[in-house]
Amino acid sequence: METKKKSFGSEVAELLKNNVKSYMMYFALVIIMLVFQIWSGGKFFKASNITNLFNQAAYVGVLAIGMTLILILKHIDLSVGYVAGFTGALAAILMQRDGVNEWLAILIVLVVGLVIGLYQGLTVTRLGVPAFVVTLAGMFIFRGLLSRTLAESGTVVVSQKGFLALCNGFIPDIPNKLGIHMVTMIVGVLGVIIVILSQIKNRKNKQKYQFEVVSTPIFVIGMILVSAVILAICWVLATYRGIPWSAVIVGVILLIYTFMLSKTKLGRYIYGIGGNDQAAELSGVNVKQVTLFAFCSMSVLAAVAGILYTSRLSSATPTAGNGFELDAIASSYIGGTAVSGGVGKVTNAIIGTFVIMALTNGMNLMMVDISYQYIVKGLIFIIAVAFDVRTRNK
Amino acid sequence: MENEYILEMRNITKEFPGVKALDNVNFKVRKGEIHCLVGENGAGKSTLMKVLSGVWKYGTYTGDIVYEGEVQKFHSIADSEAKGIAIIYQELALFPELPIYENIYFGHEIMSAGQVNWNETIVKAKEMLQKVRLNVDPSMPVKRLNTGNQQLVEIAKALSKNCKLIIFDEPTSSLNEDDSKNLLDIMRELKEQGITCIMISHKLREVTAIADTITVLRDGSTICSLDAKTDDISESNIIRNMVGRSIDDVYPKREKHDFGEVMFEIKNLTVEDPKTGREILKNVSLNVRKGEIVGLQGLMGAGRTECALTVFGNPYGYKIKSGEVIMNGKSKMFKSPKEAIKSGLAYVSEDRKGNGLVLIQDIRYNTTLANLKAIASGLSIDSNKEIVIANKYKDEINIKAPSIEQKVNNLSGGNQQKVQIAKWLFTQPKVLILDEPTRGIDVGAKLEIYTLMNKMVEEGMCIIMISSELPEVLGMSDRLYVMSEGQITGELDASEATEEKVMKMAINSD
Repeated sequence: METKKKSFGSEVAELLKNNVKSYMMYFALVIIMLVFQIWSGGKFFKASNITNLFNQAAYVGVLAIGMTLILILKHIDLSVGYVAGFTGALAAILMQRDGVNEWLAILIVLVVGLVIGLYQGLTVTRLGVPAFVVTLAGMFIFRGLLSRTLAESGTVVVSQKGFLALCNGFIPDIPNKLGIHMVTMIVGVLGVIIVILSQIKNRKNKQKYQFEVVSTPIFVIGMILVSAVILAICWVLATYRGIPWSAVIVGVILLIYTFMLSKTKLGRYIYGIGGNDQAAELSGVNVKQVTLFAFCSMSVLAAVAGILYTSRLSSATPTAGNGFELDAIASSYIGGTAVSGGVGKVTNAIIGTFVIMALTNGMNLMMVDISYQYIVKGLIFIIAVAFDVRTRNK
Repeated sequence: MENEYILEMRNITKEFPGVKALDNVNFKVRKGEIHCLVGENGAGKSTLMKVLSGVWKYGTYTGDIVYEGEVQKFHSIADSEAKGIAIIYQELALFPELPIYENIYFGHEIMSAGQVNWNETIVKAKEMLQKVRLNVDPSMPVKRLNTGNQQLVEIAKALSKNCKLIIFDEPTSSLNEDDSKNLLDIMRELKEQGITCIMISHKLREVTAIADTITVLRDGSTICSLDAKTDDISESNIIRNMVGRSIDDVYPKREKHDFGEVMFEIKNLTVEDPKTGREILKNVSLNVRKGEIVGLQGLMGAGRTECALTVFGNPYGYKIKSGEVIMNGKSKMFKSPKEAIKSGLAYVSEDRKGNGLVLIQDIRYNTTLANLKAIASGLSIDSNKEIVIANKYKDEINIKAPSIEQKVNNLSGGNQQKVQIAKWLFTQPKVLILDEPTRGIDVGAKLEIYTLMNKMVEEGMCIIMISSELPEVLGMSDRLYVMSEGQITGELDASEATEEKVMKMAINSD
């Protein structure tokens, strides 16, 4: 017992040392947000801006989730921006010009995404063309299709209420006299309870198998911190108009993908192929099939991002999707996906998305010229990846 | 007075973690001779040549390299090349897309006024090609030459650097009869020009035909140096020196018992590698019975691993020209490892880092990877069940690690091998193929793996053990097959097998 006992301070120091990589991301996010908060004289953390940030992060976040799978598998998908642009435009045209019901239009667009994924995935897995080339060609093709779709109409304005709510609306509330969004606070409290219970269960499980766990005070402090962050975010949102639908959509996708990667055979296979594709193949994994799935999932998520973006702008424009792939890839890498493949988490990719989008949002808020914005984002990106590569080699 | 020896390697010792690859080796080469270096796989031939050429740099070994009368301290291949030593590997180090002349002068380009002088390069390259009697256009890309001629380009490259000592590492192993003969002729011509050649080879017929001196290595030590003029260099004498070791009592005995029915059989399997168009398996037949360990011996490149992979779902897409695989009484050629695993076949890879394990993942992950459905409930994987299973195998097989959450990367070779075995045992196989199961692991872990193998067959499994190590094959097998150049060259019962008999079959000498 004596040898196991560590002082509180040394344990914290050790935790920081061992997890510097995963904490770095949160640390960077907090710093970036604080810098903008101070620089803008308190505008950054205003409820309306935070809501804005959530809506902006939504479409990039969805792409980053899909991209993480692709990058774990040591592939890349450059086409996602224009696939999003094209599918978003297609949704708008279907609804506005052809009078298709908004939900049916969404379904059609998701199927189109699936078809695009099948095409790109099959070209990679069956014809053996490198993903870089296939999706670079995809950039051309879907950029062309986007222009073609909007060639006659130009920018298409979307007016369907349900569709617009996806990236502009908020979850409903129960009437109350407090002047805050009650359901949001309830969700926040429930979220905290779920997180705490699952963490306790997890910890008990680990103790049962005598795995190393952090000491009780650290565990409690960690839980308090996490709870505080969740409640603070919910509070800020509640003082405005509540949790945006976009956050709900991203949250659900995030839950599904987290479950898939950590709990299912498919997830195991994805990490296995990324770590050593030959070993995976010899262990009975159908490498081609899993890779095909990842490309299909990516393009369907690109269609989701396209829908969210069109909803956000209330219109489809010929420049939609331009550069999304860069934000998505950067988000995933900033979120700790290994450049050499085999390692990565979708939750962290979402944190990476917030880093990128907080930068975008903050600099927009400060009216920083777009040219500087690109330079800053590029520098943050390369610093994050260089840091990751250095710490991973140790 | 000029020294008769161009090269003397004195008391060379080279250790790898847990293994002494070279133990006080002495190796002397006369100026202008053809000196052959023979020995089993793992005897230390390649390591010795790597020490000589500077791959294992000065300071990583003990002992002296005396070359042209001076002690040399090579820190890289460039150092040894600068002194006129060139090494030509089995896998050629040419740039297939570049023209021949560029390949010959790559790294020591002919310059004039700060630019590469291509005209001069082409003229010089032609000269070099003439020396190796290769009449081709030097501007042809190397990939259009066959393997034999590519090797000649390598030699031309060595000559262009004014090399005095050329090392050939199994130069004829991938050549056909004519190209081999041509290469040996070229070596004789080089000798006439005063160039010293060292040849590593398994082909004793060629060795006895060409060598002036033959040095035999065994288990990292020099056994003898035979002079072609004065000593007995018959193949049988060389083989006696290559093996000639008593089997120590390191192989745990198992209860003798009757074998059951044939559980797995390969019949007349002929397979071609589509990349080279070469037949890598010719009419291979073998079988294994319930409760039996069958050894599959052969030298490197004999086609053993290719044979195992072909029947294990053929993941590398070899072209199966004819033959069948019979398992569970049914004739079935598996189309993927997945199918093979489902039917109860398992393959423990010889290359655990290359295609055996996912190194960046932990023991738990690797243990269950090939049989996740056994721990899945519905869609999700039951991690509690997984932990129990991974711990069970860790204890049973004695994988030494602080916990099952240890990354496989950080384990020793022996423990990595045990993780591989755990993974395959968890698929509950009926037939287990072990490919070089004890390569690069220490004696203690070896013994544990042998004991484990005995336990497995006692429980009714059957094992095909591919191994280059003669004592291991003889010590562990109930019956063994020997392969050479894609063919089964012999089948022996354990009681009648001796090292010499097996080695003769493996070298395919009569």
